[in-house]
Parts: sequence; C-alpha cells; structure tokens
Amino acid sequence: MSEKLLYTKEHEWVLVKGSVVRVGISDYAQNELGDIVFVDLPSVGDVVEEGEGFAVLESVKAVSDVYAPVSGRIVAVNEALEDSPELINESPLDKGWIAEIELDDAAQVGDLMNEQEYAEYLKGV
Amino acid sequence: MKQTPLTARHRAMGAKMVEYAGFEMPVQYTGLVEEHLTVRSSVGIFDLTHMGEFEVTGPGALDTVNRLGSNDASQLKVGEIQYTCLTNERGGIIDDILAYRTEQGFLLVVNAANTAKDYAWIEQNLQPGTELVDRSGEVTLIAIQGPKSPPLVEEVLGVSVAELRNYTFMEPEYKGVKVLLSRTGYTGEDGFELYFPNAFAEELWDAFLAQGEKYGVKPVGLGARDTLRLEARMPLYGNDIDEDTTPLEAGLGRFVKLHKEFTGRDVLLKQKEEGLQRKLVAFTMLDRGIPRQGYPLLSLDGEEIGAVTSGTHSPSLGYPIGMGYVRIDLAKPDTEIRVQIRNKLARAKIIKGRFLA
Repeated sequence: MSEKLLYTKEHEWVLVKGSVVRVGISDYAQNELGDIVFVDLPSVGDVVEEGEGFAVLESVKAVSDVYAPVSGRIVAVNEALEDSPELINESPLDKGWIAEIELDDAAQVGDLMNEQEYAEYLKGV
Repeated sequence: MKQTPLTARHRAMGAKMVEYAGFEMPVQYTGLVEEHLTVRSSVGIFDLTHMGEFEVTGPGALDTVNRLGSNDASQLKVGEIQYTCLTNERGGIIDDILAYRTEQGFLLVVNAANTAKDYAWIEQNLQPGTELVDRSGEVTLIAIQGPKSPPLVEEVLGVSVAELRNYTFMEPEYKGVKVLLSRTGYTGEDGFELYFPNAFAEELWDAFLAQGEKYGVKPVGLGARDTLRLEARMPLYGNDIDEDTTPLEAGLGRFVKLHKEFTGRDVLLKQKEEGLQRKLVAFTMLDRGIPRQGYPLLSLDGEEIGAVTSGTHSPSLGYPIGMGYVRIDLAKPDTEIRVQIRNKLARAKIIKGRFLA
C-alpha cells in the first residue's frame, strides 16, 4: 500500500494509508510551540469533523488545539504521548504522531499540500 | 511598540519577541524550560527595563509613600527596600511595588503595565513638599538571578555582596557612574537587580554574559520569569491580584500595616475583623491536566467556588501547579477541589506554602 505525506495550513501532517490517515504536527509547529508538556488525546471511536479541534497540546506557556485535517472516526491514538509528550518535539513526524482517523471520504485529502508545497508555504509564514 | 536599550541584543541572540505592556520584549531565547532550570541551578540574566521607576523626593516623600502604600514605609532605613501595595478606596490593589529608601526619599519600582496609571495616582495624591519624577525612560534594569549570581555580580561590578542582605541595596560605581544594586528578585532564588543609565545597557549585558560563561549563564525571557515566580508562589499583577482583590485576600497580610493611615485602610480593617470571603490559594493536580488562568474552580459537590488566576506545568517539579481564589470555607491546605479543564473536571489539592521546598 502506498503512503503519501501531506500537510495542512495549520501545520499538521497527514500520512495517507488507504482509507486511514495518521495525523501529527509538523516540525515547524513543534518548534513554534516549544516544549510540549501535556497532550489531551481524543478517544478511539470519537467522530471528528474537519476543522474541529480534536486534540490539545500544551507547552509550559500555551494551550494549542490540533484541528482535524479530515472528517472521520478516530481509530487509534498514540497513548505513548500521555507519559511522554516530549515525543512530539523529539520526533514530530514519527514517534510523535497523535491519532489515526478513518476517512469518511477518501477524496478529502485532495486539497492538502505535498511536502514541496508545504515548504513553499512556510516561506510565506 | 517601545523598545529597551537591549532590544537589538535580544534579536541578535534569536529571542522570540512579544509585545508586553507596550514593549517589545523577549519571551524566550533558547527555550523556556532550559532558561528556567538555568536560574534554579546556576544563573540567568533578565532585561526588565520595561518596569517603571519613579523618584519621590522632598520633605513630604515619606508621608506620600506611607499614605499610598499598605506597608509601613516609616520603618525603612536608607538602603532598605520594602514590598508594598498601592491600594484604592475599596482596599483593592492598584499595583504591587518595591519602595527603595534613598537619601532623598524613595525610588518606587512599579509593574510595566501599570506605569502610567501609578504615576497619575501618585501625582494626584502627593503630600505638600513632595516631588515626583518618572525615570522609567532613562533607567535600564537587569536582573541577575540564581545561586551563582553573587560571584558573577561581584566579578562584573568589582564589589563584595557578602554584606548585602535581602531587600537592601548599595550604590557602587561603574566606570565612574553610580549604579543601584539590590538583593531582590522575582524567581525564588538568591539574586540581584541592577539599575543604571541606559548608556551602559549593552556593555553591562555583554559583560554579564561574558563573565558568566564559566557559570553557564543564560539570558532568560519573560516566559521563564512567569514560571519561576509561580513556583515561588509570588503573585503576578493582572493575574493573581488586581483592583478588585485586596492584599488580605491575596495572602499579603504581612505587607499590610493597619496601625497607620493609608488609602483603603478602613475597608481592610473591616475585612480583617469580619473575616475574608475568599482567599488566594495554591494547588497541585491529583488528576491529569494543566490549570490555566480563567478555568473555573469547583467544590467536590460541583459548586463553582472561584477561578484559576495562574497555572502552568512547573519546569522544576515536572507537574502542573496553579493558584486561584476560592471560597473561604474551602481554602484550607489539603482541601480537595476540582478544576474544570475544557470539558473535564480534574481533582486538585490545596497546598500549604510554596510549591518548591
């Protein structure tokens, strides 16, 4: 199964694996947030709407919502983040993944940016 | 936006700059947690030039300060410093400030966000024979805080601080110019605050960084300043105290001297006699979650009893801490309360004393 990594304008990444996407935040976003000290995860089975806050990341100073990049149902969460929220800083694209969402509609990811487009987008931030 | 004489230095060091009280200030340089822990373990330096400094001089200076502040300024000898609250007619806190007793009168150091308000208030309430001058624009303020701050200050300024007690100051010369060095701070660590003419700002900043390299000195931003003071359970104006909270409610009773006359005294006296309705408490979490300013505080029965005024994840302790006002019957240490964090109710416990041992 081919995987493809896409990005949102809210600095989340979306790894598409068929009808399921894995979601996390970009390296740029973790750097902006600083040391993550708390992660409020959704529950498996939760239904999320695109654009809705579905997880919360907290640094010492700030509380930040993570917005659902797609609509669907949560099928997995990265429970390791509960005890080790720093994984998001240390490994934002791999060990710091947040949740997996089963897509309502596979066409949803069509308007997300690929890596090159995201790199261009960051230049304008 | 106003800048300090050190703004260019902060930018050159890659600090993240934010607007605070009308000034462009560094919120962090390399990272809040690292900066915080540096102050706890060795030494950090802070640019606090946004704070306001007023000189109150003349024969009416003592009377003026004593009538405006809750503490008893008549007890101060030249060279001593006092924490005091400027109070309004309702006993609420206009500002919490430091009063330095000088030969000529007082130097008042006020919160940046309150500089204009305080100046107007003091000006309206000057006793005869008193002069008020705002020195805020001329004075650079650097804080040097942490266990390694004494040797660093001694080396840079060529003075001994062995005899400089907490809440006292000295006026050594730096390159022929008198500077003001006090043993004060807002971190819960041993430390100093240094006031001097803007012209020396970059030179002294650079000197502290260069001489402090062997101690691992780091510049520290406002982010860590906030977590450091919260761990030490020091109130922050605008969060934990304001014009609608009294020093008694805020647990600042030892800085309130009811035997003398000052604005709002009668209200505070009455509050003391009748008992408080609410009190500022410190708490730690029993459940997961970080308390933040504005989150509701509830009793175990689900009744709203107050709100969080400051909260964070403590970098030194590694767990969340908070402060807030609660109804007086639930303000005792070890009382269990709840914090509403988003859509969850998390258990918390009121503690006695500081968060740090």
